[in-house]
Amino acid sequence: MTLGQILLVAALAVPAVGAAVVAAVPADRAARLVGTAAAGLTLAVTVALVTGDQLWTGYGAPPAVRPWHQLDLSWVPGLDLRFHLGVDGISYPLVVLTALLTLLCCAYTVWKVPAGGGSGRALVALLLVVEVGILGTFLALDLVLFFCFFEVVLLPMYAIIAGWGGPDRRRAARKFVLYTLLGSVLLLVGVYVVVAAAGTADLVALTGGAGLPRGTQLAAFTLFGLAFAVKSPLWPLHSWLPDAHTQAPTVGSVVLAGVLLKMGTYGLVRVAVGVAPEGARWAAPVLGVLAVAAIPIGSLVCLAQSDLKRLIAYSSVGHMGFVLLGVATLTATGIQAALIGNIAHGVITGLLFFLAGAVKDRAGTGALAELSGLRETAPRLAGLLGFAAVASLGLPGLAGFWGEAFAVVAAIGRGGVFWTVLGVLAAIGGALTAAYLLRLLRRVTHGRPSPAVGRVAPGLAAAELAAWAPLVLLALAVGLAPALVLGVAADPVAALVAVLP
Amino acid sequence: MTGLLGVLLPAVPLVAGLVGLLLPPSPRGATAGEGPARRAAIGLGVAGAAGALLIAVVLLVRVGQPVQTSTTWVDLGGLRVTLGVRLDGAAALVAVAVAAVALAVQVYSVGYLRRGPHDDVEVDHRYPPYAAQISLFTAAMLLVVVAGDLIMLLVGWEVMGLCSYLLIAHDRRLPEAPAAAMKAFLVTRVGDVGFLLGIALLGVSAGSFRIADVLAHDYSAGLLTTACLLLLAGVAGKSAQFPLHTWLPDAMAGPTPVSALIHAATMVAAGVYAVTRLYPLFERAPAALAVLGVMAAVTLLLGALAATAQDDLKRVLAWSTVSQIGYMTGALAVGSPTAALFHLLSHAAFKALLFLAAGAVIHAVGTTLMSRMGGLRATMPVTFWCTVVGLGALAGVPPLSGFWSKDGVLAAAEAAALDGAGPAPAWVGWLVWLAGLAGVAVTAWYATRLLLRAFLGETRMPLVHPHDPPALMRWPVLLLAVPAALLGLAAFLPPFTDRLAVGEGELVHLGPALLLPLALLALGAGLAWAGWRRDRTADPARALGPLGPLFAAGFRLDDVQRALVVRPVAALARVARAGDELVIDGAVEGTARGARGLGGALAGLHRAALPRAVAGVLAGALLIGLAAVLIGGAA
Repeated sequence: MTLGQILLVAALAVPAVGAAVVAAVPADRAARLVGTAAAGLTLAVTVALVTGDQLWTGYGAPPAVRPWHQLDLSWVPGLDLRFHLGVDGISYPLVVLTALLTLLCCAYTVWKVPAGGGSGRALVALLLVVEVGILGTFLALDLVLFFCFFEVVLLPMYAIIAGWGGPDRRRAARKFVLYTLLGSVLLLVGVYVVVAAAGTADLVALTGGAGLPRGTQLAAFTLFGLAFAVKSPLWPLHSWLPDAHTQAPTVGSVVLAGVLLKMGTYGLVRVAVGVAPEGARWAAPVLGVLAVAAIPIGSLVCLAQSDLKRLIAYSSVGHMGFVLLGVATLTATGIQAALIGNIAHGVITGLLFFLAGAVKDRAGTGALAELSGLRETAPRLAGLLGFAAVASLGLPGLAGFWGEAFAVVAAIGRGGVFWTVLGVLAAIGGALTAAYLLRLLRRVTHGRPSPAVGRVAPGLAAAELAAWAPLVLLALAVGLAPALVLGVAADPVAALVAVLP
Repeated sequence: MTGLLGVLLPAVPLVAGLVGLLLPPSPRGATAGEGPARRAAIGLGVAGAAGALLIAVVLLVRVGQPVQTSTTWVDLGGLRVTLGVRLDGAAALVAVAVAAVALAVQVYSVGYLRRGPHDDVEVDHRYPPYAAQISLFTAAMLLVVVAGDLIMLLVGWEVMGLCSYLLIAHDRRLPEAPAAAMKAFLVTRVGDVGFLLGIALLGVSAGSFRIADVLAHDYSAGLLTTACLLLLAGVAGKSAQFPLHTWLPDAMAGPTPVSALIHAATMVAAGVYAVTRLYPLFERAPAALAVLGVMAAVTLLLGALAATAQDDLKRVLAWSTVSQIGYMTGALAVGSPTAALFHLLSHAAFKALLFLAAGAVIHAVGTTLMSRMGGLRATMPVTFWCTVVGLGALAGVPPLSGFWSKDGVLAAAEAAALDGAGPAPAWVGWLVWLAGLAGVAVTAWYATRLLLRAFLGETRMPLVHPHDPPALMRWPVLLLAVPAALLGLAAFLPPFTDRLAVGEGELVHLGPALLLPLALLALGAGLAWAGWRRDRTADPARALGPLGPLFAAGFRLDDVQRALVVRPVAALARVARAGDELVIDGAVEGTARGARGLGGALAGLHRAALPRAVAGVLAGALLIGLAAVLIGGAA
């Protein structure tokens, strides 16, 4: 095995073994520390994946997927299933983001376990299992394997919401699991439509259509599209999200919004568009319309929200609308905008959920009507919330800008009245985004302190700063140097766009 | 070397601002004295602005041929975004104005935002974030000034919007401040939707966002007109042009030095500057210039008339900014970006001066209402004379700066009207010229009224003992009075006109045409003075009669905005939320309920007493048997 292959296996094995060890260690705090160490090691491993050969040096036309590292083992020979992992510029930023957010969530859990739930040890173990599933999804280069990892995530996430969540957690968790299972069923059908027609489940071979007949591609894209639309979520299949995000514990919301949704958009780019490009071309207008509908509608719903966490949860609908608009344009600019939008949303919304959790824990309420004047009692926390909100509204110079502005640019660049109108509507939605985030800041930070906020102590715990600082820095770094994400993604996106019909 | 200086120009205040944001925001428990954090913040703020001023002056001296540097920032699928500066004489001049006003504001704020003897104990000005935000504001404006790429320009453009939001909301004693801040951000953001779309159109067609590439690209006429109109939406937002000017008067909730910064050198100047930067495009889009001309004429008169009836000293100045920016956009519309820039520079000087002087007045008397001032001339002589200079320049009294720069605008409009010299149709010239001439008279009227109401006559606050401000606040005002008075004469200096890149036409036009605005000036000032002479305690604005309240409310455009935009959006939001919860989520929940109901019904059918169950089993067996026989028989 080469070093790269060892790293690929380690990226999955370290958190898996870590979860087992955490479950086995009896002492709660020690177990949480072990879990955090495992998450840290995973982050180191995933960062090291960048050492691969990123240039195409073979002869002939380069294939549409060129993994930096890959590992291709026979898994179930009888069914011709393969354990095929690989990483390239499209998956790499997401892999690192997943590892980073899991580490931050584990470290945060060492400091604070959500009240009223199970043990912190179990929470950390579940976070690590979720990490295995998400990393596996991003690394899988085999459709069946992709599906398996896609499903691994579901139950531990259910347990996290149902075990450590808010007052209405069981209902929200059930809704989350049933709704996304519906998507998974469609994904499974889609996988078998493709595998039966093409005779292989290898994503490298399948990308670009692999000569699948047009009818099959349309059917496959419809199934994949619906499955990933539920996960991303695409309006109007989003209604599991506000409940799940609102009821989940802080770390659960961070993982949900930060990386779980990205499985949907990643799947859309890598699997749906990659495997069924003709289907993508055919369905792109529908996808574009729904994505753009999500932006103003999501923003308007946020504008009328009365709960802090629910508002942030709903904001994901609008933000993912920009990402999906980028994908729907099927241009290199649009897909790159979608990729950086994905990362930016993960970083910024992760941070927002951390901060909303901190506000809610301190004030004892998340109702906007009962929060005001945070900048009087806790200026640092208010400042960070302001920063995160401003990043979220897509201020140029911060991470959120590139994905949103260039999704609009890509739609305009597509030309024609239809896409131009979509671009214009998306841009107007951007102004509404600012409106609800400023409303949030005005309610929470400005004015005289409300009784609930009056109790808040000004200080921040070291663990909180440790969990938030990387996200703040990343939001700034990706904003100032978008090439951090797009540098590695440019070639694979160009290769993907080249095989589109 | 010049390129490096161009990079350093925004970088220096940016670093000062970012470091300043890390200082502890509030001296909790500390007494009124200067805590170390405040001292550090003062040092950083002043050093950042002074550094920027120094660099800008060096640039101004060195600048010759336009310099352009660029390196790839990011490549999004063949669309190249670059990092680089584009420096010419005009950029250097504006940079000097920005940095000088920023430095004056930083120094002035040290004195202005200090807990005074009248303040209650709770007052805590949170100086470190304030100074840092001003540094960021300066950096963002300087970024707009030097940017060589439209996306970079957009970064500075929007960061400025953010800084204005933060600074307007700074004063925590004012309940209206957060709403005003939000309004400022949102109204400009609405304009920025157009700005972004305009940039996207230009960049996508040219395949690059570099200003040089965009200017060199050959666009189709329709696309160019659309793009320019979209850009104008952003310009209207930032430069407070009708109908997106509504945020500016409310922005007076910010501390007075911040108002000086927003009105003089940053923010409102950015829109005009951005148009001059892209002027070759606008020249080829006469329809867009015609729209700009109409916008300018409306704004110019609307701002001037609204200024006549304000009682709040700062709001008079705010509306006067709206009106003066109208002169600049008017100059752009009639084809004279140099006249616009010249007026921008002189306006920066006299408006900063006026705001800082007004701050000294407010600091001394504790109110912003002119109806409670009066007679300050005797007790605040320095402030009085500085205000006289500022108001004289504003009204266009020779030989103060505003006289020359406003004359430049009017001469350009006159040429466009009479000779059709501008790129836009001649009627645009007529519109701007006539509006500009009427504006001269109205400006003179309200400037005179301000001076008379605040500084002359009897004092209306006998218990307060006003005095000239302390040195930290006095010196910035005094130093700003120099360019406010003399900058106009720079139009006769070749180094200055070279840098503004004036063509064969002169910047100033000495001739009989000057008499008309002078006569109007005398008329306006004379009318205000005559009204005041009749009754020294009454407001000359009573002459406006029933129009007074309408002018005072800014033609009730705020109400229009509320009725046409704010309320419908809020109602739409409630509808969207209800629809989302009841219809979309309702369908999901309904499916779940339906499935449960169906399951319950089926389960109910299975629960039966023994006889019915036996009958059921037997019936089933019979059916299966029948089926087997029938199918088997058929086979």
